[in-house]
Amino acid sequence: MNRERLIGIISPAVLGVIVLALWEAAVDFLHVPPYIVPAPSRIAIKLVTDWNVLGPALLFTLETTGLALLAAIIGGGLLALIFAQSKLIERSLLPYAIILQVTPIVSIAPLIIIWVDSTLAALLICAWIVAFFPILSNSIVGLNSADRNLVALFKLYGASRFQTLILLRVPSALPYFLAGLRISGGLSLIGAVVAEFVAGAGGRESGLAYRILEAGYRLDIPRMFAALFLVSATGIAIYAVLALVSHLVLRHWHESAAGEAE
Amino acid sequence: MPIPPARSDHILNPGSPLVTLDRIDKRFRNGTLALSGVGLSVQQGEFLSLLGPSGCGKSTILRLIAGLSAPTTGSVIWGDRRTHDIGFVFQEPTLMPWSRIIDNVALPLKLAHTPRTQAQDRAREALDRVGLGGFERHYPRELSGGMKMRVSIARALVMRPRVLLMDEPFAALDEITRLTLNDDLLALWQAQRFTAIFVTHSVFESVYLSTRILVMAARPGRIAAEFAVDADYPRQGYRSTSAYTQQCDAVSAALGHAMGGTAML
Repeated sequence: MNRERLIGIISPAVLGVIVLALWEAAVDFLHVPPYIVPAPSRIAIKLVTDWNVLGPALLFTLETTGLALLAAIIGGGLLALIFAQSKLIERSLLPYAIILQVTPIVSIAPLIIIWVDSTLAALLICAWIVAFFPILSNSIVGLNSADRNLVALFKLYGASRFQTLILLRVPSALPYFLAGLRISGGLSLIGAVVAEFVAGAGGRESGLAYRILEAGYRLDIPRMFAALFLVSATGIAIYAVLALVSHLVLRHWHESAAGEAE
Repeated sequence: MPIPPARSDHILNPGSPLVTLDRIDKRFRNGTLALSGVGLSVQQGEFLSLLGPSGCGKSTILRLIAGLSAPTTGSVIWGDRRTHDIGFVFQEPTLMPWSRIIDNVALPLKLAHTPRTQAQDRAREALDRVGLGGFERHYPRELSGGMKMRVSIARALVMRPRVLLMDEPFAALDEITRLTLNDDLLALWQAQRFTAIFVTHSVFESVYLSTRILVMAARPGRIAAEFAVDADYPRQGYRSTSAYTQQCDAVSAALGHAMGGTAML
């Protein structure tokens, strides 16, 4: 590991530790009650003692987010492939995809929750609506970004439409798709959390968002912070995993992922 | 004094040409007249250079011959078969960055559904011929500009085409790399006996490489003069002869005339 990367990891970690220490000291020194701002140590303890509630909630939110992202990849990717087949299809359908994207999910979510019986299915639909668009729009740009001369070369050698799609347009779209994927990863978590807030479903199918709401009603602010911490950690983990995937796929050929050429 | 554009029947050679462009006009969609009254024929086995300033339609002629674009009026007539027997080298190496060198070279074979092992063997041979044996497993970004251009030439020759079209292939390379590639290209041309059509804006390059040079003028693009270069191959020593200097002077003068005719625009 080189110096640059070491600094990139150590400096935010040190800053985080300093901020947490100041927070702990301030709460202690100013006698802030835990139902306003709990100390980091209290939140950490809560994370352990309430794990029997928070653990399943985390698992449920992860499940919703993961499934929504998977649906966004498949849905966004397939739609982009269909749009790429003809300008007419793209022009006809894209405005509706944009309408779906720009309408705030909180305003559609209540309807979806009324229409769809299964809570999980309703949450999935909401999260999917939020998450699929970056993959779709990026993939469309990517599929149309193939090098002009390579397109001419494929034509010269009598390549079929399918060959050109698979061997040229899809690989050309890959960096764009992966950039869209990183955005969609975060959005699928946001979509899942927002939908859960709207659904407000308790019981077996309750995720971190519901636990935050519930803890708020009970003024159990440390548990609220603990759940919030888990939501953030989930988002960071998703981003890290997708960035790693992107790096592994593109490292041999794309400027965004490759280091110095040998 | 501007010289009049050559008439097509003056440029046409006797014998049975490989491909003939007959009274071609090409107007782009935006209304620009790219080519006007272009007639030329290409003889089997020659090394023909199209020399001219930018915007004179040199590349358009290559695209017409390759079948990548159609003339507005006039026709492209082939002696016998056509296309799929053409290799094309662009100004940029135009490689697929996600594919290894061997797969880039094997692309034309893959598109023609050649069995994989056979395609890989032929691609390896083609790489050996351009002096890049051992780089099969590399990715394009790991190679220098000159090496990438060699890969591009290997890909163009892997199908053993009868015609190799080149669109200012060495224009972006440094002088030393360019001189080496000129000699290597001539060696390949002599060994494989393909017909070469080479677009360039360098007088020196066209004289060194070609058996015949067509000088073009711009706005609209047309053929202004024709030169036969009478020198034996290989031409390693040719650059230091007075015949080479005289030939360059004559071609330069014609190019100057061709450009002078439109410079006041």
